[in-house]
Amino acid sequence: MSSTVGSSRRRLGNVPVLIPESLEELRDASSAPEVVFLGGGTDLMVAVNHRSQRIESDSTVISLARVPELRSWSHDPVSGELSIGGGVTWAQLERAPFVELAPALAQAARTVGSPQIRSAGTIAGNIATASPAGDGLPVLLALDACVELVGPSGDRTLPLGELLIGPKRTALEPDEVISAVRFVCRTGWQGYAKIGTRNAMVISVAGVAVVLDGERRLARIALGSVGPTVLLAREASERLTEGFDWKDWFCEEAIIAEVGELAAAEARPIDDHRSTADYRRHGVRVLTTRLVRRGMART
Amino acid sequence: MKRVDGECTLTVNGVDHEVNGLHPGESLLDALRERCGLRGSKGACEEGECGSCTVLVDGEAVCSCLTLAASATGCSIVTVEGIGGSSRSDLQEAFLRAGAVQCGFCTPGLIVAAEALLRRAPEPSVDDVREGLAGNLCRCTGYGRIVQAVLETSEERRNGR
Repeated sequence: MSSTVGSSRRRLGNVPVLIPESLEELRDASSAPEVVFLGGGTDLMVAVNHRSQRIESDSTVISLARVPELRSWSHDPVSGELSIGGGVTWAQLERAPFVELAPALAQAARTVGSPQIRSAGTIAGNIATASPAGDGLPVLLALDACVELVGPSGDRTLPLGELLIGPKRTALEPDEVISAVRFVCRTGWQGYAKIGTRNAMVISVAGVAVVLDGERRLARIALGSVGPTVLLAREASERLTEGFDWKDWFCEEAIIAEVGELAAAEARPIDDHRSTADYRRHGVRVLTTRLVRRGMART
Repeated sequence: MKRVDGECTLTVNGVDHEVNGLHPGESLLDALRERCGLRGSKGACEEGECGSCTVLVDGEAVCSCLTLAASATGCSIVTVEGIGGSSRSDLQEAFLRAGAVQCGFCTPGLIVAAEALLRRAPEPSVDDVREGLAGNLCRCTGYGRIVQAVLETSEERRNGR
């Protein structure tokens, strides 16, 4: 069936859409001028539908959905390193094997949007969009994740903290794509929790990731939605690292409270339409202490 | 490498539709409704909040308003029109029986999302159903009857009816 009925929102001009089917094809495609990368579309298409981003007539859209290298993941049981392709979706991340390999990431995945959003939205999209509220980002920051980038002028790797430079701003070049994110899987305990106005489909008002690495005896606390980027709560992490009894897997209530205060003090929240700075800071304190208690109980 | 220059084939409910003149950024929802003549999928929020545009793309429930039409070429797309075919599916019958349809605007998206849920989790709990349908807004029913319809369908299918 061929239809000649035009869309009510037809605009003049045609923008080619390239659908590369390998990393090599993607590299070739990315050398076109004015490329627009399309991952799951859950951010880009919202902006296009609401006219906050126009796809200019001299641009080229590159769909990343059918590059197998971006859709795959690998785990090296010897080094413990997990490499997750940029096109891996939240729907994949909330299930096996990620529930075992990176439980906090799986928890964060389950809080992203709705099942429909999780089927489409990808981990690379979360990073490239660089919203301070991106649910995967505090977890990846707490896991010291590195991001692998590919582009026509070469490949490079950056720590996530260096890639995220501001609200919705990254160090990505316009022709670079996030091919993978990788980190070492931790033993011990890890968790992610967030506050929002609903139990689902919510952009977080505050989010906290806690990683208790039993092998390295290292605690990491990272915060979301309470600063221009996601933040590593360095002082709180250090206090918990030294205050946590790693041998008996225990933490004094007074230290937990102190860690919560430190994390709240390290938050840099603002008042906006979603919440107030005061409530966000309070949220960080509550979520941090709650997560450390859960970690202690390994629940 | 595939390249789409405003023209492509969309495979919807097993039928190939040749679409042409796609405008830059045109969503699958617009292409389905206005080019393929399939108006079951509804458009409302256009930002992935309401779920009324839900379709299956290669078996996964997604918001067709957030899917670039050109990027769906070569995929198997199923809309609400393809769920029951020419008759109503057991799930659609259960929606009618339970009174899960009032104004009806959200129903196509809910049918597709619920079908995807039942394929993924054939024996969902009440919480599974609520979580599975969290991305579909209904302003009429209060959801109780929708949840009931999905649970009844699950039970029916298990009993082989």
